[in-house]
Amino acid sequence: MPTHEEILGQVQGILVEALGADEDEVTPGATLVSDLGAESIDFLDIVFNLEKEFDIKIPRGELFPENLAAEGDGLAVDGVVTEEGLTKLREKLPFADIEAFAADPQVANIQDLFTVDMLVNFVSDKLGNGE
Amino acid sequence: MRWIWIDRFEELQKGSHARAIKNVTLAEDHLHDHFPGFPVMPASLMLEGMAQTGGILLGDLHDFKHIVILAKVPKVTFHSWACPGDTLTYLARLTDERPEGGAVEVTATVGDRLVAEADIVFVHLDEKDSQLGAIDQKNFVFSMNLMGVMEVGRAGTGDESDPS
Repeated sequence: MPTHEEILGQVQGILVEALGADEDEVTPGATLVSDLGAESIDFLDIVFNLEKEFDIKIPRGELFPENLAAEGDGLAVDGVVTEEGLTKLREKLPFADIEAFAADPQVANIQDLFTVDMLVNFVSDKLGNGE
Repeated sequence: MRWIWIDRFEELQKGSHARAIKNVTLAEDHLHDHFPGFPVMPASLMLEGMAQTGGILLGDLHDFKHIVILAKVPKVTFHSWACPGDTLTYLARLTDERPEGGAVEVTATVGDRLVAEADIVFVHLDEKDSQLGAIDQKNFVFSMNLMGVMEVGRAGTGDESDPS
């Protein structure tokens, strides 16, 4: 199984290609949307490339779930994610840093849970489980 | 003008590849502006034809149950050009497909000469999808209008001695 650093290197390569980002921008803590300029459509391209690069299967919604905290379902009120919503996020995004997000849980910031490190942890877990 | 940038399907192997052709002709108005004295098929329209070939290949995989939309062109390279009288052949190979969409690799050639190659990503959209209303009709890779291209040539040649 590849090391964390090896996976990071491969993920960085994918993001440089898919997002047209500079190599030095793709740091472990970089957020896909705010820092690297990813748009929703890029997520599908990233999924395709991760599957190909690591020979893994990523079911729909597993890496980039949709409708994470829509208003009206009790998961968010007035643009802020509720405790219930945070619990849901922990379940759906086990590789994201929900604790850091919980300090200021604005719905608008949910997209920043998708970081380079989160992708690396996701892939790392997939490869480990696949054995 | 009809937004159909392929003339005929030559081959469609479900879930594998599709081959279509586009004849470049001076009857197309835009060639007189692109460029005056040097008419060549605009690269953007070549890419559109490549996407239409790949989009139909992907759509056919699910029997056209989904609306297929061109989402992203991660890579495209133009190696040479096509001018009036040339027949462009677009060969699309399906490289990925999943519930959300799919991806193809497409080449454009004139004879043996490589004119362009591209990776193209499509997304599926369903009529019940709430985002559908926000989508401009022009973004659809295929419509019933475009699907008519699949029938071109099916009626045979009109030659009385031709049994097809």
